[in-house]
Amino acid sequence: MSRGGNGGFEPPQITEDLTIPKLLLRTAGRYGDRKVAMREKEFGVWRPITWREYAEHVRHVALGLEAVGLERGDKVALIGHNRPEGLWAEMATFAAGGVAVWLFQDCLIDEVHYIVDHSDAKILIAEGQEEVDKALAIKDRCPKLSRIIWDDAKGMRRYDDPLLLRLTEVEARGREIAQREPGRFETMVANGHGDEIALILYTSGTTDVPKGAMLTHTNMLAMGRNLMRVDPCKESDDFVSFLPFAWIGEQMMSLSCGLMAGFTINFPEEPETVKQNLREIAPQVIFASARLYEEIVRAVQVRYLDSTRLKRKTYEAAIRIGTRLANLKFAKQPVPLRLRFLGTAADWLVFRKLRDHLGLSRVRNAYTGGALIGPDHFRFFHAIGVNLKQIYGQTEIAGISVVHRRDDIKVDTVGQPIPETEVGISPDGEIISRSPSVFKGYYKQPEETARALRDGWLHSGDTGLIDEDGHLVFFDRTKDIVVLADGSRFSPMYLEGRLRFSPFIKDALVVGDRRPFVTAIVCIDATVVGKWAEERAIAYTSYQELCQKPEVHRLVEEAVRQANRGLPKAARIRRFLNLFKEFDADDDELTRTRKLRRAFVEERYRQIVEALYGEAGSVHVDTAITYEDGRSVPIKIDLKVVDVAET
Amino acid sequence: MRRKRAGYENASPQGRRKSARRAAALKDPLLSVDGLYMTFGGVRALQGVSLEVKRGEICSVIGPNGAGKTVLLNCINGLYRPQQGRTVFKGREISRLRPHRRAALGISRTFQKIELFSGMTVLDNIRLGRHLHTRTGLLTGAAYLGPAAREEIQHRAFIEEIIDLLEIQHIRDTIVGMLPYGLQKRVELARALALEPTLLLLDEPMAGLNLEETEDMARFILDVNEEERWKVTCVLVEHDMGVVMDISHRVAVLNFGEKIAEGTPQEIQSNPEVANAYLGESEGLYVSRR
Repeated sequence: MSRGGNGGFEPPQITEDLTIPKLLLRTAGRYGDRKVAMREKEFGVWRPITWREYAEHVRHVALGLEAVGLERGDKVALIGHNRPEGLWAEMATFAAGGVAVWLFQDCLIDEVHYIVDHSDAKILIAEGQEEVDKALAIKDRCPKLSRIIWDDAKGMRRYDDPLLLRLTEVEARGREIAQREPGRFETMVANGHGDEIALILYTSGTTDVPKGAMLTHTNMLAMGRNLMRVDPCKESDDFVSFLPFAWIGEQMMSLSCGLMAGFTINFPEEPETVKQNLREIAPQVIFASARLYEEIVRAVQVRYLDSTRLKRKTYEAAIRIGTRLANLKFAKQPVPLRLRFLGTAADWLVFRKLRDHLGLSRVRNAYTGGALIGPDHFRFFHAIGVNLKQIYGQTEIAGISVVHRRDDIKVDTVGQPIPETEVGISPDGEIISRSPSVFKGYYKQPEETARALRDGWLHSGDTGLIDEDGHLVFFDRTKDIVVLADGSRFSPMYLEGRLRFSPFIKDALVVGDRRPFVTAIVCIDATVVGKWAEERAIAYTSYQELCQKPEVHRLVEEAVRQANRGLPKAARIRRFLNLFKEFDADDDELTRTRKLRRAFVEERYRQIVEALYGEAGSVHVDTAITYEDGRSVPIKIDLKVVDVAET
Repeated sequence: MRRKRAGYENASPQGRRKSARRAAALKDPLLSVDGLYMTFGGVRALQGVSLEVKRGEICSVIGPNGAGKTVLLNCINGLYRPQQGRTVFKGREISRLRPHRRAALGISRTFQKIELFSGMTVLDNIRLGRHLHTRTGLLTGAAYLGPAAREEIQHRAFIEEIIDLLEIQHIRDTIVGMLPYGLQKRVELARALALEPTLLLLDEPMAGLNLEETEDMARFILDVNEEERWKVTCVLVEHDMGVVMDISHRVAVLNFGEKIAEGTPQEIQSNPEVANAYLGESEGLYVSRR
């Protein structure tokens, strides 16, 4: 059993009565117009919104929502990118006693339909034309949906469906009511109770249909306070909100921690400009999925491959020094003077610039969660001087239960429990946890709830152990763990992470459960491999052709050999093939947070998996792929099975 | 890349094709060319072409290769001086005006072959399109004194509206030459819009674009034409018949320098003469990527 310790942070008292909007009013009252609550980059300029303005928007939207028929306990579905209006609408929903249900912006119509229908949403708040189109497409199949509120006017000039209402109109109605009845909003907020459901977040569901996890105000607030006790944020900090609001990690930072610490939330201009905006803001706190960090490493590696010889050599030398320093830090060993000196030089010459370009120049705490990050990726960030910490948790526990502590970071663990949180391992190796942040259950799914919540303990479905230092080691999803030929158990997720450290490999599926050896289906990175091929004058017309080039096979083989290095013999990947397409969330192969839906993918490519263990040396595929613009193209291709030669 | 918004077909719940009905409501002529003759040596590029463009419409000019479509655009914006004929814009005869004077009156255009400064950033290219509206002189500008600074900020704010409209925020500071063709086409449109035109001449804006880029471009042209903020009248020369028939209020057909037909998209589609002009193959008219 591992218990969280207490830090020095003095958080607001969480009573049974405290709700998220009550805390908002308190924070807004404290700062008023003296402090910026959020910024949005619009028309090329960062536009500030003060705490008073934030609270005013919430007040008016909340009263407006009530006026258009929102009653306490009603569900409000929200879909859109990260923008202030999204957060106002969510906060207003809480204030009016409603329950917010966030959807991923890129959800397909069927997913939107499932969630809106299953959650009994009465109102849907959509960002703009794209989201409104989705909403209009499902409205006839969702009888409870009575209003579609939209906010971005672009392209909306000829929409006249009676369900549609513009957010500014809702706000205007609310403003009128606020003038007529000054105390109404305050009473509304005061009626709230900490034990009420605030959010239903549909979990990504790596296995089956999405489940709606119900989180109360207290769940969210307790989680924020306990994280802040470990790593206090300052009110002067900046945070950039760019990951989907439908992801618990973003909710936790923007809502819970944001209100606790009073830091400024920055919204990027467009999804395409996130990298530039991140650099402009240079946040002190960043919380992102493992995938995002992997993408950052990939971007650096690609730029490295692209640069001049001198720069490459300097970078290589600096990374070598940085990695040695990082390893000493992980081992908690003293740094020799010479290495310390070299480290400073590397920092001045390379890392400082690199961090600046990545928007990490001021970062104090960078967190990664959602899935296990590969050890090489993790080491990379510490090598360049970014204090990356693993987080473990799930939506069902409001996001976080375990985190690395400062100066106590181990590559292969996810750290120690946050305060008020107990984490244990059940007799059959499952990670279980208990805290005030454990959810109330899945919406309308009592059997699933009973499976996850037993005697107050949240059963995660993950396998792990607690090491001698009290750190939690997260192994993998229990059902994903493979038994190798020699009887040992292994985590395919770990191997896939190692494979993805190669910039040429975008995704991989590692197979090996009760098989004679381990194999992998590899998705090459079209951009990086394409560029690599161009430089070597290798002609190709499509992804399908590129991935089957003998040169590309050799390239991937080398990457696989790298990933195999240092692994026990039975766990090494012996064969692989390059898939004719990348995994995609629209094809249900990945979740919206880009986690691999292993069982589904294995089933879908069963023929290919069998070929990996056959003797034919290749497999013929006759299928069709659907592009994002709706075109469907037939694919007939022979995929070559490559044996990885031992070196 | 996922499409940010739906295809332009969904721009109105009723579908685009009905928009042609509104054409009747647009009466006020913005531009009229009358009896343009233009020959290059023995080649008679335009043989007495007349065309009236009404305020607020999208008027497309179609025709086989070499029919004189681009020559017509060049005559309207003054790059070519036709041997005969009159051009009237906003009720004023502009036949003798040089191109930059016509631009100052509010005629802007894009080119079939992209005409941008490929070594400059997207932002600088668009700013150049704003040049005509700059009032402060060289010295004030160089010293960046009060009025110059104020003016610069005003212009920049206007340019940012264009950037927002055309969704090119992420490439603001990118060198144009490094951009893919589809985005360069968009920058070209942005540069033309920076002039704050009343009349926009678009010379094959869809040429060389893939399906998704074509849909985006059609959507942008509709936005520019219909949004209250812009309300720009457009003359569109285009080969993608699907787009032309979907977004135009009126279509004029040129063949060997003569206008052989004019009317709503429906009328043009059912006109046998037009079909004949396209190599006599009726399917030819409906060449589209969709």
